[in-house]
Amino acid sequence: MRIRIAHVTAYHYDRPVKAVIQTLRLTPRAHDGQHILAWRVEVDGAARLSPGEDALGNRLHVLSAEGTLDSLGVRVEGEVEMLDTHGVVRGAVERFPETVFLRETPLTAPDEALCAFADAAASRGTRDRLALLHHLLEAIHREMTFDTEPTHAATTAAEAFALRRGVCQDLTHVFLAACRHLGIPARYVSGYFLRGDGVVVQEAGHAWAEAYVPALGWVGFDAANGISPTDAHVRVAIGLDYLGAAPVRGARTGGGAEALSVSLRIEQAAWQTQA
Amino acid sequence: MATAFDEMTGVPGATEVREAYVTLKRWLETTPRHLLDTRRSQAELFFRRIGITFAVYGEVEASERLIPFDIIPRVLLKREWEILERGLKQRVTALNRFLADIYGPRECLRAGVLPEDLVYRNPCFRLEMAGVKVPHDIYAHIAGIDVVRVDADTFYVLEDNVRTPSGVSYMLENREVMLRLFPELFEEHRVAPVEDYPDALLASLRSVAPAGAGRDPTVVLLTPGQYNSAFYEHSFLADKLGVELVEGPDLFVRDDVVCMRTTEGAKRVDVIYRRIDDDFLDPLVFRPDSVLGVAGLMSAYEAGNVTLANAVGTGVADDKAVYSYMPEIVRFFTGEEPILKNVPTWRCREREALAYVLDRLDELVVKEVNGSGGYGMLIGPHASRQEREQFRRKLRHAPDGFIAQPTLALSTCPTFVAEGMAPRHVDLRPFVLTGADGCRVVPGGLTRVALKEGSLVVNSSQGGGTKDTWVLDA
Amino acid sequence: MLSRTADHLFWTARYLERADFLARILDATTRLTALPASYGRPGNEWESAVASSGCAAGFYALYDGANEYTVRDFLAFSPTNPSSIRNCLSVARNNARAVRTALTIEMWEAINDAWLELRRFDAKAMDREEFARFLEWVKAVSLAFEGSSHRTMLRNDAYWFTRLGTAIERADNTARILDVKYHVLLPATEQVGGSLDYFQWTTILREVSALTAYHWVYRESVKPWLVADLLILNRQMPRSLTSCYETLVRHLDLIAEAYGMRGASQRVASTTLARLTGTRMEDVFQSGLHEFISGFIADNNRLGVTIAEQYLMP
Repeated sequence: MRIRIAHVTAYHYDRPVKAVIQTLRLTPRAHDGQHILAWRVEVDGAARLSPGEDALGNRLHVLSAEGTLDSLGVRVEGEVEMLDTHGVVRGAVERFPETVFLRETPLTAPDEALCAFADAAASRGTRDRLALLHHLLEAIHREMTFDTEPTHAATTAAEAFALRRGVCQDLTHVFLAACRHLGIPARYVSGYFLRGDGVVVQEAGHAWAEAYVPALGWVGFDAANGISPTDAHVRVAIGLDYLGAAPVRGARTGGGAEALSVSLRIEQAAWQTQA
Repeated sequence: MATAFDEMTGVPGATEVREAYVTLKRWLETTPRHLLDTRRSQAELFFRRIGITFAVYGEVEASERLIPFDIIPRVLLKREWEILERGLKQRVTALNRFLADIYGPRECLRAGVLPEDLVYRNPCFRLEMAGVKVPHDIYAHIAGIDVVRVDADTFYVLEDNVRTPSGVSYMLENREVMLRLFPELFEEHRVAPVEDYPDALLASLRSVAPAGAGRDPTVVLLTPGQYNSAFYEHSFLADKLGVELVEGPDLFVRDDVVCMRTTEGAKRVDVIYRRIDDDFLDPLVFRPDSVLGVAGLMSAYEAGNVTLANAVGTGVADDKAVYSYMPEIVRFFTGEEPILKNVPTWRCREREALAYVLDRLDELVVKEVNGSGGYGMLIGPHASRQEREQFRRKLRHAPDGFIAQPTLALSTCPTFVAEGMAPRHVDLRPFVLTGADGCRVVPGGLTRVALKEGSLVVNSSQGGGTKDTWVLDA
Repeated sequence: MLSRTADHLFWTARYLERADFLARILDATTRLTALPASYGRPGNEWESAVASSGCAAGFYALYDGANEYTVRDFLAFSPTNPSSIRNCLSVARNNARAVRTALTIEMWEAINDAWLELRRFDAKAMDREEFARFLEWVKAVSLAFEGSSHRTMLRNDAYWFTRLGTAIERADNTARILDVKYHVLLPATEQVGGSLDYFQWTTILREVSALTAYHWVYRESVKPWLVADLLILNRQMPRSLTSCYETLVRHLDLIAEAYGMRGASQRVASTTLARLTGTRMEDVFQSGLHEFISGFIADNNRLGVTIAEQYLMP
């Protein structure tokens, strides 16, 4: 399946900004189930982009701009060809052994309640890690409600779990915290998700998890949808948690308040490429 | 617990005097008490006037407190020092090679020198540093190695500090005040000087400037600011080095080059002697809420346009769990037997060790793997039953986070306390500098003294004091 | 030099100058209120003191009315008034501590000793006499700091930025007094008051410590337009607006010369100085004293902003 993505982020500042610097993780790499047909990241004239790579092998751009800016825009456009691999990720760039992904981070540190929850999911009589991970995925999907209201970018797994609510970032953090508590290496994935209901315009990108299963390697788990990723999941960056895979991290000097507008279209592209 | 070795008399209370202290003891016996009292208050006045203070966390009122200074110096003979010095250089060389290896080829992990997990799962092992080339492969440019003495011939390394070790300003100021107050003592002893430390530090820092820096590299000292507990030291050192004392907002990154904001416009910075922790260095890479760091610093660093001293990610080497493997690390990277011993250490992550430790909580010292400054520590023999039980729970809950060591009989030195002269336990933090041309140790270091009778905790945050440390040059 | 260093030096000097000014307002107001009511006391000296300090809004949010105790408390000790003498000294000390090594040991001791000693003054237990001693002490602190900077600093940009801070604050303070009391200086008041206003005029002179200077300069009894002339245009009077601007222009020029570059600060300062030196007192009264002073305060603020943009926080 071909998926076409157009993702525009615009910042408007109520006072001119003197300097902006951002790191963008907005460019996917290929793996066995994902081929990049075309991809580009563009910024407004005043800003500069320099490409690079982070520690985990994610493609990175450093965006910088100085002077007096009233606004800043980042435009991502691309087309990928996806294959359904039942969530198994092969042929991706791996810079570190999987044990690195057992690390707890501030965003994924579990509290007692989350540990108890993970232990309960693990105690359902299976020794098969893959089955256990699916139990966990179902449990989180069942237990937690998707809700954009109560959480924010810095909400921890334990906080979101206590609320039993959150967005895909929070559900993924809960999954990671539970996995690592159970001694299973797990990592955060940020990317795009083509909806099955035909809705093209979305509010934000998507996030899910990957956990390590010895016989298979890294396997994806989408806690927000309660499924393993399919050919509708475009994988962009990985990290120990949201911060490590965040599409945008930035800092600026001056500028007062900031208004952010995002326009994101994710659609199937087959009909167009035939033309 | 064994009887402590006394550095002046050998056995506590004995009448004979060890060689290093012969002259000092005679002087102490012939100097009237009131004179010592006067000198002590003069010393305190001096420290107060220069504003040398240390902030103590959790005490609002005492947020600027003096560290007590003891006027009786701690004395080492040259031949004792030479052994220490060799041992320190060997150890710091090994630490640097270890860091270069785990951020590079990782041969020591393949060779099984230490368990992989201790590195990979360690939050101080900075993934961002993997494959980054630092000038001359030096990571720990400034190291403070805490050493304790247990008898005439044996020194143990208690702790390696290779993140942002502090205390060197006290070493320098203690000597300064001793020279002012006791000139006659210096006439009778040939004390090796320490005041060239700032020059040596600056030379080390300049020697690791990035290739693009030009002939006169710009060095700055990066401080978290005046509310940091060690701010006095930061401003003292910047002054002695003759470099700008900068805070995060004074710096910015443009096209992967670090610049500082000056009244004459932007100026390129080549070497940053940073006294802020990794976590706060760059909000785009580490803690996003940090206002102490510089956005984009890591990308300039990875591009090789600026040198950070110490390097990012050194914390993995002074972790207390990695510490227990230091003898193996020294052997692997230098091919030599370690000159300085490690304190025997039980790693609570190992099941048998944990059982052993839980059985002997009343005789061991238990430390948090990532704690510092004497916080998060249990001194078994001195702890209450309640404190021991609290640690028992912590150990059972997260054994990986702890190590345990026997309660060492730290050596004692004569110390001037309210009741007069009395032996008090001491440790020693010498400072080891590493630059392009090798390792240097300034003769001496910071002697910390536990002022409470019988106490083994020398940390300034826990009521410890300091002494001048003399290496006799004869 | 680091911009932040220049910024801290500039503000250290400003806050110490402000502390000195507040001490003078309190001192002069206390004297004025000691006079019997028949000597022309309008009865609102304490309100006028609050207005001169430039923090009236903050004051009336905290207190119902202005009297000796509320004003003393607010201007000298209040922790909630960012410009109380206590806060000025403590902010100045924090600024100084942040750039400790850019100061000479004498300057640091002047300010650090003051900060340590400040804690010994107990505002609650203070009677009039002790309060008077406190005010003298504040003036001595500012004097010691400025004096030691003058005697001990190298004549480089660190010194020049310190001088700029003092001069710009001093100009602001003098202008504020004039802004609050301009009505007693208008020519018309001579007929109204005669000697009744004498004590108002001398109070103004005391507030800028210029009473003796007045007699040396004009050698005649106190006349309101001469008071205005002394405070605005007289080049010999160190607190006059003209004198402050001569200092500002001189030190901005030294900075420009050292850095090899002139900028907006130099232009703004010399424009204001040219306006002051090209003005006669008659013109000022003709076009309105109040308007003139308001215009000056705005110009002076603009210079502060320009210096900040150019040097202190680029």
